[in-house]
Amino acid sequence: MDERERINRLRWRCTRRAMLEMDLLLGEFLERIFPTLAPAQAEAFIVLADMEDLELWPLINGSRECADPVQAEVVALLRDVRVK
Amino acid sequence: MSNSSISVRKFDAVIVGAGGSGLRAAIQLSEGGLKTAVLSKVFPTRSHTVAAQGGVSASLGNSEEDHWHWHMYDTVKGSDWLGDQDAIEYMCRKAPEVVVELEHFGMPFDRTDEGKIYQRPFGGHMSNFGEKPVRRACAAADRTGHAMLHALYQRNVRANTQFFVEWMALDLIRDESGQVLGVIALEMETGEVVAFHAKATIFATGGAGRIYYSSTNAFINTGDGLGMAARAGIALEDMEFWQFHPTGVAGAGVLITEGVRGEGGILRNSDNERFMERYAPNAKDLASRDVVSRAMVTEINEGRGCGPNKDFVLLDITHLDPATIMKRLPGIREISIQFAGIDPIQAPIPVVPTCHYQMGGIPTNFKGQVVAADGVPVKGFYAAGEVACASVHGANRLGTNSLLDLLVFGKSSGDSVIEDVASGEVMHQDLPAGFADRTLARLNRLNTQTGGSNVNETRLELQRTMQKHCGVFRFKDMLVEGVAKIVEIEKEVARTEIKDKSQVWNTARVEALELDNLIEVAKATLVSAEARKESRGAHVRDDAPDTPENPNGRDDANWHKHTLWQREGSSLSYKPVTMTPLTVESIALKTRSY
Repeated sequence: MDERERINRLRWRCTRRAMLEMDLLLGEFLERIFPTLAPAQAEAFIVLADMEDLELWPLINGSRECADPVQAEVVALLRDVRVK
Repeated sequence: MSNSSISVRKFDAVIVGAGGSGLRAAIQLSEGGLKTAVLSKVFPTRSHTVAAQGGVSASLGNSEEDHWHWHMYDTVKGSDWLGDQDAIEYMCRKAPEVVVELEHFGMPFDRTDEGKIYQRPFGGHMSNFGEKPVRRACAAADRTGHAMLHALYQRNVRANTQFFVEWMALDLIRDESGQVLGVIALEMETGEVVAFHAKATIFATGGAGRIYYSSTNAFINTGDGLGMAARAGIALEDMEFWQFHPTGVAGAGVLITEGVRGEGGILRNSDNERFMERYAPNAKDLASRDVVSRAMVTEINEGRGCGPNKDFVLLDITHLDPATIMKRLPGIREISIQFAGIDPIQAPIPVVPTCHYQMGGIPTNFKGQVVAADGVPVKGFYAAGEVACASVHGANRLGTNSLLDLLVFGKSSGDSVIEDVASGEVMHQDLPAGFADRTLARLNRLNTQTGGSNVNETRLELQRTMQKHCGVFRFKDMLVEGVAKIVEIEKEVARTEIKDKSQVWNTARVEALELDNLIEVAKATLVSAEARKESRGAHVRDDAPDTPENPNGRDDANWHKHTLWQREGSSLSYKPVTMTPLTVESIALKTRSY
């Protein structure tokens, strides 16, 4: 799979989710923040994007903590996303 | 690409959509021994059913006396008498059975101290034919839809249902007699176009809330089933009826719960006026959803909206003690910061009435069989859930009846397929010559289009037109203008251009194909709404006001009938509402008041 295919697959999985909130947040993150991430953070984001919305949402709103420190960095960035 | 190059896969049944209704139907089919394929744009547990929080209604009577007949009465009344009473009786009678079945599938319902399913009250659900609220909603905390999808999915895994994940269905296959023979679908991972040749096809594709600029619906809800049905010559029923929520974040659509106004939140216009005092002097900001929504739209239309485009109003809680906001509305503060860029402790939240649920859809009977305009079932075609119009919600849906709808009609459509296959009513017919021509021509047009229109811009234009011209409160001239505008937008949709022509994971292509479906739903909605010259349920017109002859603007003498919109010529016809239930007496027309 080439880079375009990889990003398009990720874009689909970020913007066709169960909840509108997550479509908006992950879509915005993918466009603006994802290209700036370090490789380890990018991998952590792909793991987060594979989670179901009701697993991921508590991490973003802070009601659950991330066990993995790199994942916690990415969640902190997700929490700071402002949808335009 | 030609028909001969399309690979064909043969199944007894194909289901399009893997949300609640698709998964419930699939259980019937797989456990009934049919070779079943379920196609979904996403992994099943990512379907929009997850977003349903409130619960599923059933007259179990676990907490107090209840009866399916009372539930039926509430649903008929909620529908503003546009719901078909045979389907409503069927749904309400079946409710306890499908909820208990779901419990046996492993659904973790909340419990009473005695271990029964816990039930809570919900708007519009009453005991003894509208007397007082009754506890009828069964829930799994605030994640009922999520828990339901998981229970249904696990049951399907056990039954060996075959899932095709990240596939988009493109078109129905029909033969000359009109029988449905399956669907043509696109696998996103390869770009391959495949025919799913089946004895029976069930549509469970959900709603199309993305036709509106402000919508609570996830991006996935693009009305694919409705688009496919319309292109295949199936009429769409009652598409003018859409349920709106008064307070979605402007631009984003994310819901701000009514609890904010319950805690003292105030709606203000551009003059900083608390305008609800003029519309509802007693209830003010806590008036019912429809009253608040209409007031908001009136303020915007009369030029008192806020922001550079004057297209939203403000929900103000800055006068509340920050400690109260932090304690009672923490989630709302986060939502406002993330989706409106505003801390509601410091500044008011921009809000607009926001599309939430589609009452109309593909016409079906209570067995989940799709029915043609002449009332005869379309051989081999079934539908359930939000895409279908049985019609149980009529002009307005009661909360918790959507999850019930998908369980009852998911199951009944599955049962109908099993019966029709067993009796030989439906069997594999040869695919007609050129069965994929129309679909391939559409794909080819998209691949070769030059100098065309931009998909995102065209979709945005469609959504803004729907919001402005056919929103929660409707005006004659705006509707007429809206119909003309949507016809123009349709021309742009027919010449969309994508820069990426690749086969594998071409999301631009998929989004263009989704827009092909959105435009059909938008046309059906606008044309049906412009024609219906009354107010009923969620369809409220400025020129059909509340009068003694027509209470709430409802005109039963002329408009107590279902709309049927045909894509061919964008033409309308009407059919009577079924007022005869299956076993009980008809619930006669009367004014809807609470």
